[in-house]
Amino acid sequence: MASNHQDNTAGHEDVAHHEGMTKGKIWRVFFYLLAITALEFFIALVLVHGGIIAKGLAVNVVYILLTLLKAYYIVAYFMHLKFETFGFIMSTTVVLIFVVYLIVLMLTEGAYMKSHFNPFSFWPST
Amino acid sequence: MSTTVSQLDKVKTGRWSGGRSPFDVEYGKIMMWFFLVSDAFTFSSFLVYYGTQRFAHLTWPDPDKVFQSVPFIADSGYPLVFVGIMTFILIMSSVTMVLAVEAGHRNAKKEVVGWMIATIIGGLMFVGCQALEWTHLHHQGFWWGSIPYQEGVSPAETLAPYFTNGISEVSAQQFANLFFTITGFHGFHVSVGILLNIIVLGMTLANTFERRGTYLMIEKVGLYWHFVDLVWVFVFTFFYLV
Repeated sequence: MASNHQDNTAGHEDVAHHEGMTKGKIWRVFFYLLAITALEFFIALVLVHGGIIAKGLAVNVVYILLTLLKAYYIVAYFMHLKFETFGFIMSTTVVLIFVVYLIVLMLTEGAYMKSHFNPFSFWPST
Repeated sequence: MSTTVSQLDKVKTGRWSGGRSPFDVEYGKIMMWFFLVSDAFTFSSFLVYYGTQRFAHLTWPDPDKVFQSVPFIADSGYPLVFVGIMTFILIMSSVTMVLAVEAGHRNAKKEVVGWMIATIIGGLMFVGCQALEWTHLHHQGFWWGSIPYQEGVSPAETLAPYFTNGISEVSAQQFANLFFTITGFHGFHVSVGILLNIIVLGMTLANTFERRGTYLMIEKVGLYWHFVDLVWVFVFTFFYLV
């Protein structure tokens, strides 16, 4: 097992790789995540339920932005991706552009279904 | 004889010049990352399909009306409360997981064991909550291929409690199918994660990592666990908030 150990530590001259998460940093990220979640609940329960703002595109955009922010904190800090090399970050994230492409495709498809199927009785609207 | 080294003969030391891993990441960890990227595509496909269905229908069940029970406390009237508790549990177990990884960096076996046990408990609590949520919806009549139905009552009347605007049986059915499929697939991932956590906890207790000199395996399983948390963040937004 000794040789195994050496293999694993061979690449560790890189200082940037090692300056990972300290306990204080971990809890700070936790409170960010908690605060964002609390904000989402505030919007949902107080603002939307209380009738101050209506459910709709604007609120959904805010929800999605907050979700992406949470995702960033989890991936960058908890999953440690921010401290990896540039090449590794690119090889794991750039490919997700295809998800954006899929969303665009499916929105087009959804718009088609909405406009063509809904008037017929086999796709009841009410 | 000249001792000057020509430009071509100089030993290259760049990251991509060979002789070392350009990523500075251990092989198993790279593979875990690539698996998670592929898994991200699977979950994206599910969620994008959910979005498409929702977008394509004129009306859709209102999540605030479908999910408003808190098991053992209230049957209705508290939207988002229970799922809020579930979200908190999962974020919390993600934190205990990073703390285990951090302790692993310091080769502190006792701390790793403590944080791993906390993570496993968090995972079990989450799966338990999901079981309660499923049971509640199942009792109301939602399941794969079935929606609430009452003999002699019109579907519009039966489904009225779950909709704010127009009522559609097709929407209700799509909602039920996708809810159970997506949260089921996520719950399956959480269950696998708990199993992996238990395995690495056992390996820690058996001093496997101590002998190996590195707690890298905790990090790899940790990546998987954080990914499960990450997926929940999106499921939470698209099923419960939007």
